[in-house]
Amino acid sequence: MHALANPARFLRLMAAIRPYAAAVAIIGLVVGLGWGLLISPRDYQQGETVRIMYIHVPSAWMAMFIYAAIAVSSAVALIWRHPVAELVAKASAPVGAAFTLICLVTGSLWGKPMWGTWWVWDARLTSMLILFFLYLGYIALWEAFDDPSRAGRAAAILALVGAVNLPIIKFSVDWWNTLHQPASVLTLEGPKIHPDILWPLLITAVGAQGYYVWILSLRVRAEILNRQARILRFSAAADRRAG
Amino acid sequence: MRDVPMRRGMKRKHKRLLAVLGLVAGLGVAAALVLTAFNDNLVFFHSPSDVAEKKIAADKRFRIGGLVEAGSVKKDGLTTEFVVTDLRHAVPVVYTGMLPDLFREGQGVVANGKLDAEGRFIASEVLAKHDENYMPPEVADALKKSGQWHEKPGDHAKLKPGS
Repeated sequence: MHALANPARFLRLMAAIRPYAAAVAIIGLVVGLGWGLLISPRDYQQGETVRIMYIHVPSAWMAMFIYAAIAVSSAVALIWRHPVAELVAKASAPVGAAFTLICLVTGSLWGKPMWGTWWVWDARLTSMLILFFLYLGYIALWEAFDDPSRAGRAAAILALVGAVNLPIIKFSVDWWNTLHQPASVLTLEGPKIHPDILWPLLITAVGAQGYYVWILSLRVRAEILNRQARILRFSAAADRRAG
Repeated sequence: MRDVPMRRGMKRKHKRLLAVLGLVAGLGVAAALVLTAFNDNLVFFHSPSDVAEKKIAADKRFRIGGLVEAGSVKKDGLTTEFVVTDLRHAVPVVYTGMLPDLFREGQGVVANGKLDAEGRFIASEVLAKHDENYMPPEVADALKKSGQWHEKPGDHAKLKPGS
């Protein structure tokens, strides 16, 4: 981990991973979504509407995974003053926010035909909406400070505070009565989804994960270069003043 | 000479580690306490057992959830009467309006309304609740034919009779 604190080494690692992540993303999303949306069977009670799941569920998983990644990177940045960890967290946030929005919108589109409502304030839906607001707050907090080191510390603390929402999202359907059904894949008894529906779902989820790594590697590179450009600007200004 | 600032650096790191762990643990405990305290307000619906145990104040609007009892659905124009059960207690429901597509006997349902004087639940809204099982229709048919079919009432599993 400390070896990765060196931005140049981190950039080299990201450049090495990038083509593989891109391949996983493209193959996973094309195969998973193609299989799920066109070939996989319809559901015995939901019919064709079940296909929304192939977009909704991977988005929900990515929304939570990316928030967890932001929280862990923020903890690393706070404790070990790891400069790259902070930028990994910052670069992840808009990607996670986008996945959360996709999850909320597709869930709403799925809820109307199946449940009979676009939205209800049950524990699962509400905690997911809070996750979206946490992402927006995190992004806004980064922009609220002129000094990036202060912004980074404030945003990291917010990210850690918000992490308490993750187990609430996951277990909301078990702890309270909700309109949203309980977990289908990550349950103690194993998946409750037929393999013909489960496989395209898992392949799409792997593709989404690859997409995140791919986009993250590009966004972190931009953040590191941005920060280096800022340092160069400052030192150039200092030189001019000195000369 | 050299290891003095080093050790101080380690110490600071440990302090920050403890601060972060303390923050997360403290928030976790606080969240658990708050959520436990507000438990009754966080449930989306009440079960027929809650109604039978008189946990709900009279004349209060609330949501009732459970399974639509098999053979209980009676339709008269736009008005539907059915019985919601959690397999221990049951409440008759009267609803006038369009039902969601997934509304079927043996399926989960959540209705919003209030109890009348005779103990019937007058619903102004009925939502369907589907379970967590997904399978192709042929598999469902095959399971039903071979007698392997179990109505899995989703999160009502914990409300099995006798439990």
